[in-house]
Amino acid sequence: MTDVSIDLAKPRHASIAQWSRGIGALTVIGLMLPLFTITIPNFMTVGNITNIGLQTAILLLLALPMTLVIFTEGLDLSMGAVLSLCGVVLAMQLVRGHSVLVACVCSCLVGWVFGAMNGLCVAFLRMPPFVVTLGTFGIAQGLALAITDGNAVSDLGPAIESFYAAKVLGIPKLILISIAAYGLFHVMTYHTVLGRYAIALGGNRNALVTSGVRANLYLFGIYALAGVTAGFAALCLIARTNAGHPTIAIGMEFDAIAAVVLGGTQLERGKGWLFGSVLGVLAIGILRNGLNLAGVDTALQLIAIGTLVLIVVWLGARQKGASQ
Amino acid sequence: MSTTSKTAMKLPLEKPQRLKLSNDSHGLLMRLAMLLVLCSALSAVAENFLSISNLSNVMRQASLLFIIASGATVVMIAGGIDLSIGANVTLSGVCAALVVQATNSPALGLCTGVFVGAFVGLVNGLLITWLRLPAFLATYGMLWILNGVALYLTHGAPIFGMPQGMRMVGTGFLWGVPVPVLIMLVTLATGALMLQRTSLGRQILFMGANREAAFLSGVPVGRNLIGIYMLSGLTAGLAALIFVGRVNSADPGMGDALVLPAIAAILVGGTSLAGGSGGLANTLLGALMLTLILNGMNLMAVKTEWQPFVTGVVLVLAMLADTAITYRKR
Repeated sequence: MTDVSIDLAKPRHASIAQWSRGIGALTVIGLMLPLFTITIPNFMTVGNITNIGLQTAILLLLALPMTLVIFTEGLDLSMGAVLSLCGVVLAMQLVRGHSVLVACVCSCLVGWVFGAMNGLCVAFLRMPPFVVTLGTFGIAQGLALAITDGNAVSDLGPAIESFYAAKVLGIPKLILISIAAYGLFHVMTYHTVLGRYAIALGGNRNALVTSGVRANLYLFGIYALAGVTAGFAALCLIARTNAGHPTIAIGMEFDAIAAVVLGGTQLERGKGWLFGSVLGVLAIGILRNGLNLAGVDTALQLIAIGTLVLIVVWLGARQKGASQ
Repeated sequence: MSTTSKTAMKLPLEKPQRLKLSNDSHGLLMRLAMLLVLCSALSAVAENFLSISNLSNVMRQASLLFIIASGATVVMIAGGIDLSIGANVTLSGVCAALVVQATNSPALGLCTGVFVGAFVGLVNGLLITWLRLPAFLATYGMLWILNGVALYLTHGAPIFGMPQGMRMVGTGFLWGVPVPVLIMLVTLATGALMLQRTSLGRQILFMGANREAAFLSGVPVGRNLIGIYMLSGLTAGLAALIFVGRVNSADPGMGDALVLPAIAAILVGGTSLAGGSGGLANTLLGALMLTLILNGMNLMAVKTEWQPFVTGVVLVLAMLADTAITYRKR
């Protein structure tokens, strides 16, 4: 019992040990930021910084719930496809003339259905998350393709454009939304039982169940939350692209997983750090943006990020091995 | 040795009396019955289902699916998973096509495809055994790296026009049988023999049933794992050659849509995700069933966009069945 309570109390405040966890993300940011600033003339401009902010805002909305899912030793490979599907649904509602709010509620509902499906299979039926979410990935992708016939949904009307252009104190609304989302997730992770149990689920599920916690219910909730957040992220995605494309976000789940891993969250034992995921998202955002500006192939970006993820996971595994 | 550990180890190490295609003949028979029901239902609903051209089309598609899934089946029997098979097909296909274009020698192209596939498998195996990465993460990371490499090599554009020798692998006939179907039969026979008749096969089943116990009993777990992942890569390379031969081109997204059906075929066939049970005959039946379902949708003029949806549903349902069976056994 004492073990569990220590485990639960640990990640409350960021300490030096925690900052060192995000070493992967910090290294990338620390190396890339000066490099890009020097070599690419229009990197450090207000326009480009805003651009990075907008790009990372959507990714952060995926990475935050992904962090919680990975805390529980799970993984959600369906997020990119669900985000695409929700985007298509949202765009279709807008085309029909519904307000942004109604469309957003619709897409969150669709996201919830998929999250609940994942949660049901993973929590109550004890199926391995990466295969379940591979299945729901196919279901979401197929639905998105089928309802659009594979075409993009465009002509969304002025409401979403004005939502995208809206600024508060000169900062685009999308960036503020993602910051608010971080605040919400921070409180949820470190100041509510949901977050504590998420960490404990990865640490020692049996201990949690033995102490009388309805662990499955919380696990289900975390996957459902991931679905809803993907549905909400669709709003930001559609606002940015101004069209709903059925496969636009496929692969974004990998960026989200990469961001979480770079931020120092380990795939086992519920060891992690929510703010690390913000650093990870920034690292991925800066890397992609800078490489784009430098004219580096998307192909090389994929290779770079994939290799980075494998290296960071390897280092994490080594650290764990050394501490045992 | 105590009696309990003896009984626990008896199952996978027990030498079979005769050659069986799978260690789960009851499940195999059940799936065969399901397959027959599916066939008769389809022939009742769609009149051109039983035409020769349609049936040979089904066999071609099923053979491609089976070959991709066969190596991954062995991986899953050993308790691992290979998510990189689709991207491996892409990369092997692209490399083979590039070599063929550069040298105009189909033989060299065929060798390249198989070699690249096996090499990718070797990297997967090394990541999992040497660097001790979790299998799903290592192969998932590799998926994106391989996609990136394929995209880089082709600059995003498809490579058209293969010589006759390459096309032969995908579309040709030998002794009146389509070449992919022959390759499928050879893969099935070698794989089943390997799993059922060699000590390596027994070790693979043992590793899947209880890796710790296998390691403690002196099974070279690491070496076997590397070999298994190489095998999975090799079959992915083989499938890439068939694919490239059939569509007469290689493009950097060709394997994307193959992972989901391959994993679904394995699970529908009844190979358990937990490892330690299943076989290649199971995967053959799974691949046939999945292909028949998709073919039936085609015949009934359902939009092809629904195919990933149906494949995903089939995968989740197969997992449900798998969970129910494991639960009952407990």
